[in-house]
Order: sequence, then structure tokens, then C-alpha cells
Amino acid sequence: MDYKQDDSYLLLSGIQHFQFCPRQWALIHIEQQWEENSRTVEGQHVHKKADDSSAREKRKDKLIVRGMAIKSETLNISGQCDVVEFVEDSAGVSLYGNPSLYRPIPVEYKRGKPKVGREDELQLAAQAICLEEMFLCQITEGYLYYNETKHRHLVLLSDALKQEVRAIVTKMNSYYHRRYTPKVKTGPHCKSCSLQNICLPELMVRESVSEYMERRLRE
Amino acid sequence: MKKMLNTLFVNQSDAYLALDGGNIVVKKEDEILGRVPLHNLEGIVTFGYTGASPALMGYCAENNVPLTFMTKNGRFLARVIGESKGNVVLRKTQYRHSDCEIQSSRLARNFILGKVYNQKWMLERTTRDYPMRIDVARFKETSQYFSRKLIEIQECEDLERLRGLEGKVAVHYNQLFDDMILQQKEDFMFKGRSRRPPLDRVNAMLSFAYSLLARDTGAALEAVGLDAYVGFLHRERPGRISLALDLMEELRGIYADRFVLSLINMKVIQAKHFIQKENGAVLMTEEGRKVFLSSWQKKKQEMIQHPYLKEKMMWGLVPYAQALLLARHLRGDLEEYPTFLYK
Ligand code: SF4
Repeated sequence: MDYKQDDSYLLLSGIQHFQFCPRQWALIHIEQQWEENSRTVEGQHVHKKADDSSAREKRKDKLIVRGMAIKSETLNISGQCDVVEFVEDSAGVSLYGNPSLYRPIPVEYKRGKPKVGREDELQLAAQAICLEEMFLCQITEGYLYYNETKHRHLVLLSDALKQEVRAIVTKMNSYYHRRYTPKVKTGPHCKSCSLQNICLPELMVRESVSEYMERRLRE
Repeated sequence: MKKMLNTLFVNQSDAYLALDGGNIVVKKEDEILGRVPLHNLEGIVTFGYTGASPALMGYCAENNVPLTFMTKNGRFLARVIGESKGNVVLRKTQYRHSDCEIQSSRLARNFILGKVYNQKWMLERTTRDYPMRIDVARFKETSQYFSRKLIEIQECEDLERLRGLEGKVAVHYNQLFDDMILQQKEDFMFKGRSRRPPLDRVNAMLSFAYSLLARDTGAALEAVGLDAYVGFLHRERPGRISLALDLMEELRGIYADRFVLSLINMKVIQAKHFIQKENGAVLMTEEGRKVFLSSWQKKKQEMIQHPYLKEKMMWGLVPYAQALLLARHLRGDLEEYPTFLYK
């Protein structure tokens, strides 16, 4: 028997970190080094939601489930959906105890406004992959809701996008497996990185240590 | 670089420490002596048999605020720490390096280089600042001797020989240490190192300063995910924080010794701050420790320029910066460990 422990799944939300900077992801998720403003805050955030995890709401043609735990065996990731809307659809799947058929649609709530990068879309697509595996269905769309603009944006979850998620997550799994932390690759993203104090990207443009030691010792 | 928070020193041995909300409360019998918000603290150090509530210990363990118990004279007794932070990978690398003779001697070499270099510049600085008060020729001669040894150390890749070289240099340094005491000569004399117990006032202060520094380097190492007990120059011995002692070598002179010298030379500390026991041991009085600790805190807030990082930082962050650089080297991000070489 192959027992899989819950904590052997990678955190789905890590895709955002990985997309931002693979080294940042590794520092947080492999080495568990984080600064207050990243994971701890995220942790509290998740906690709050987990408290009302069974929250269900029924609207006329919709079933709304909040804080649903999700995972994918093929990707080896687990996480949470802020909201999954089950919309009645004759081509949908059956849910236990409900007469109708439903189509699951993931909705992710984000603080702030739409980002330039694609991390939110990728995260949504990863959630869709999890839901597809859990409900044995196809999911082709989802929504991103931005708190600042108070708008939900439709995101088409194409095969190409899901393929991209698979490629990223495969890489994450392989790094995790090897416990590999990529070396610093500095870029403009370092400016807004919460792990700068740990990563010290500017070290990479310093004189080499042996030059430094030689210079000082000759003084 | 990270922010420097304060360390709370509790100097009264009959005090009791308790948790009240997010505050630490210091009590004596039923009277409250003080209350400090815990989020401002990076560590708590108590001297003497101060009591602490389990709730406070739990809070400290969970929030990574090391709570350290020392004897009155600053000898380490125990410490409350929480789960060690992540990064097993880094620790395994550290152990592998510690088992490897070559890698260990390379690191040991850099620690000792730092120690000797920094001591050499202490001598140089003294000749510059007090040319009329010391035997300049002797200082210069010793400084040149140190320069020669620095070259030998740089070329040495053998742990035993390194320790030998360090020992030789230490003899010369100790011989000049007394000459760097320029005030209160009748009360403060240094005739060589004595510990357990320290037999004179200078040694009592040195021991105290070293144990504070060891606590700081130990906490810094753990903050970056390294194991403070597994060293390269100092080998494992039960209960010995070998790596903290390794990292401390380069700071001993420039940080601890210089601090003690300035307390004497500025007459901040005086003979009245000490008592002698029947067995010859010299201890600091409670008042003495108070003066010592508040100066130590002040020293930690002085700004310096880090020689390798070229960043302005407080003295108190130097152990952390060095721990971070050591971790960077062990992870393979830096080809060598950049010793703190201060001029
Ligand atoms: S500082 Fe830059 S290189 Fe380092 S983890 Fe952050 S983004 Fe990545």
C-alpha cells in the first residue's frame, strides 16, 4: 500500500510564487524560510476561510460552496478554492443528494486589482485541473474577482493554459524532490520581493569573496 | 538587512517572568516591576535563578524569541526554543562539511584569519590613538608578527596546525592586552586568561562578554537555519555550541575585548562593581551587571560599515550578517566564507 500523507502535496498557491521567481518559491516551500509578509499572512488568510469551510449556499440555479479543499493526484498539489459555483447544466455532473446536474466553476477572490503577470490565471487553471479530477468533468471557464475594481473577469481555461500549468507544476515537483533551490537570478522583481532579506540578491553583483579577502589581508 | 530588535536582560535573580496578552511582565513577589511588548524583542536573557511561566515559555517557543537562562556571572544554563525552522537540507550540508576535514579546515582558516586580522588592527589602532602612552615599537613589532602569521594561516589547510598557529598568536596578543588598559591601572590588571572561575576583574568581564556574544552568534545561526552545535574549528562536545564559538572567533577581539577595554578606559565600570569570593573567583555585582548590560545594548546600536556587504548596519546585526553569509557559502551561493575583516 502506498500511503500518501497530506503534507506531501505541494501547495497550489505556490504556483504564484514560482511564477514570480522560482527561487522565492523554493525558499518558501522547500526551505520554509519566509518573512512575515508572505506565507504567515497567507496562512492566517487561509485559516479564516477554513473556519467556514462547509459554507454552502443555494441560489435558484446555483450551488455556491466556499473554502473547498481541493487536490490533484496527477499534479501532486493541494489547496483551496475560495468559491466553487455549481451551475445547473444538463451536460454537467451529478452531485450527491441533488436532483439536477451541475457544471463546477472556480472563482478566485483577489485583493487589489488585476495584475500584469499571469499568475492569477495560472492559479485558477490549476484549481480547474483539481476540480476536473475530483468531479470527473471538463472545466473550461472560471472567474477572477478583484476586490479593488469589484469586478469579476471571465477566464477561459484552455487546454494550452492547463498544459502550461502542468509544465510548471512538474518543474516544481522535480525541484521539491531534489530539494533544489535555484540560484539567484536578479531582476526587477527582486524590488518587490518579500524574501530579499533572506535571498540577498545584491550579493551576486559584489566582488568575489576571494578578491575581498585578498584585498583586505594585503592592507 | 533585517531590523534589529531589543534583547531584554533580566538581571534580578528573584524576579518572575509571566505572559500577559502580548506582553512580558516582570514581577517580584506580587509587585510588577515592568512590562514590555513581546513583539519588540528578539530575545530574553535572564541572570540568576529567575523564574518564568510555562505560558511565557510557550509563547517564546512559538514565536522564535529565544529565552535564555544564565547564571549570575553569565554562564549559559538553558534555553527555551521552539521547533527548529525548516531547512533540513542546509543542516545536512552543514554536517557533511563538518565531517569533511578539508572543508572544515578551510572554514576554520577563515575564522582564524578574521580573529588575527581584527586583533592586528586593534593593535594598530591603539598605536595610532595613544602613541605617547604605549610602547609603540613593541606594538608595531607584534603587528608585523601578526602579518606574517596571517600569511601562514592563509596557506594552512590542516586543522591541527591552524589551532597551533592561533595559539601562538594568542600568546602575543595576551601579552599586549594589559598595555591597552590605559586607565584605572591599579584596579584593572590583566595577567593572562583565567576562567571558571575568573580570578580578576578583567577576566570576569571578558567571560561575561564572551558568553553574551556566544548567545548572540548562536541565535543568529539558528535564525538563518544552521545548527549552532555543529562546528568546523571547534568540534562537537555535548552541550557546546561549537559553531557559535567558531563564528565568534573573528568578533572576540574587535567586539568583546574592545568593549571591555572601553568600559575600563572610559571608567564606566569601576572596582566597586566587583566582589571577590572566598575561592578567589571575581564576580560582578548586580549594579555592575546593570552598567555592563546597558552599555552592551548601546554598543549593539552603534553603526558601522560592513566590510564585505558595504552596508551600514548596527554592530548588533554583525553576528546575523555573518551567519547569513556562512549559510550562503554552505548553500553554494558564495565560493568562500567572507570573514568579517574590520579595520
Ligand atoms: S530577491 Fe529576487 S532572486 Fe531572490 S527570491 Fe526574491 S525575487 Fe527571487
